[in-house]
Amino acid sequence: MSMSVIVAAASEGSTGEQFTFWTCAILSVIGALGLVLSRKTVHSALFTALTMLNLAVLYIANDAPFLGLVQVIVYTGAVMMLFLFVLMLVGVDSSDSLIETLKGQRLIAVLLLAGFAVLLILTLGTALTGTQSVGLVAANEEFGGNVQGLAHLMFTTYLLPLEVVAALLITAALGALVLAHRDRWTPKLDQEALSRLRMERYAETGAHPGPLPNPGVLATSNAIGTPALLPDGSPSELSVPPPLRGESRSRLAAETTEIDADVTEVREIAEGKETMRPKALRDVDGHTDLAEVYPEEKGD
Amino acid sequence: MDPSAYIILSAILFTIGAIGVLLRRNAIVVFMSVEMMLNAANLAFVTFARMHGNLEGQVIAFFVMIVAAAEVVVGLAIIMTIFRTRRSVSIDDPSLMRN
Repeated sequence: MSMSVIVAAASEGSTGEQFTFWTCAILSVIGALGLVLSRKTVHSALFTALTMLNLAVLYIANDAPFLGLVQVIVYTGAVMMLFLFVLMLVGVDSSDSLIETLKGQRLIAVLLLAGFAVLLILTLGTALTGTQSVGLVAANEEFGGNVQGLAHLMFTTYLLPLEVVAALLITAALGALVLAHRDRWTPKLDQEALSRLRMERYAETGAHPGPLPNPGVLATSNAIGTPALLPDGSPSELSVPPPLRGESRSRLAAETTEIDADVTEVREIAEGKETMRPKALRDVDGHTDLAEVYPEEKGD
Repeated sequence: MDPSAYIILSAILFTIGAIGVLLRRNAIVVFMSVEMMLNAANLAFVTFARMHGNLEGQVIAFFVMIVAAAEVVVGLAIIMTIFRTRRSVSIDDPSLMRN
């Protein structure tokens, strides 16, 4: 439903507004109850976001389209995401303890607030039932729209509060920076210190100081799990990424025997014991016999 | 539509927020409950603005939103700092002033 439709339905005071109100009211109360009753903090945050979105629709239905959009952008967009961000930093599984530190606090709190709610609803209900809204159509028309009307008020009558609030926002941003800042306790490691550290570790434990070798690129396979061959033909374990190294040592071993077979084959070819020609070609009828190509071997 | 419906919804949301502040122990949930109370007050402001045919209520609601945003930023930074030193976000734990 587009915003203009909601505004039009709302300004008529029609069943359209009734429908919008009851839908959003029920959903926002569900969200509020979910905030209080959820055991997991992330669920609480998501229920709060639900309430705020529904309140945004109610603002729009109340002839306040600007505030409705600000609600979506500032509350659901910025504030709730900030909450979720801090939740992730603090640890999602930080849940409440169920032990009451003050005896009977819960009971007293619920009783007091039930009384408060009854008082509030009864007084406001009796005071306001039967009153008709003047409506904001005239006020919005005066300067050409809701946003223009708000801007006019904000930059004339409420100019000083606006400036103060701007100062407040900057102070809050600075305050958050100062509060969240943490001084470094140890000096930052630069390139020289890191290389010194690496050489010390090499001297003590013999750990490889340089970058790790690449995985093997062989005739049979160049997969990431294939070990590179050292000059003596043995596979280098360092060339295989640690996860593959630890998890499937058996596969590594199987591939190593395969590679060994390849190496012996290549070595045999180099020593002239076997031809490079594929076996299939060699077996074809009428193909030149090996003995004719290498007559000197035949003579042995 | 009758403004009393909106005002009663606002009262209900405010009360639920207050219950959250009083009953929950996790600082972040308490903080979200405070936000809920501020939002309920905002709904009342917006409804009154329409009831009186005057935009000033909406301006006040806008200022409330800005102040709430500033409050969230500083409050969450404080929660972070407390969490860093005490490894907990329970508001019962920092009871150093007791006794």
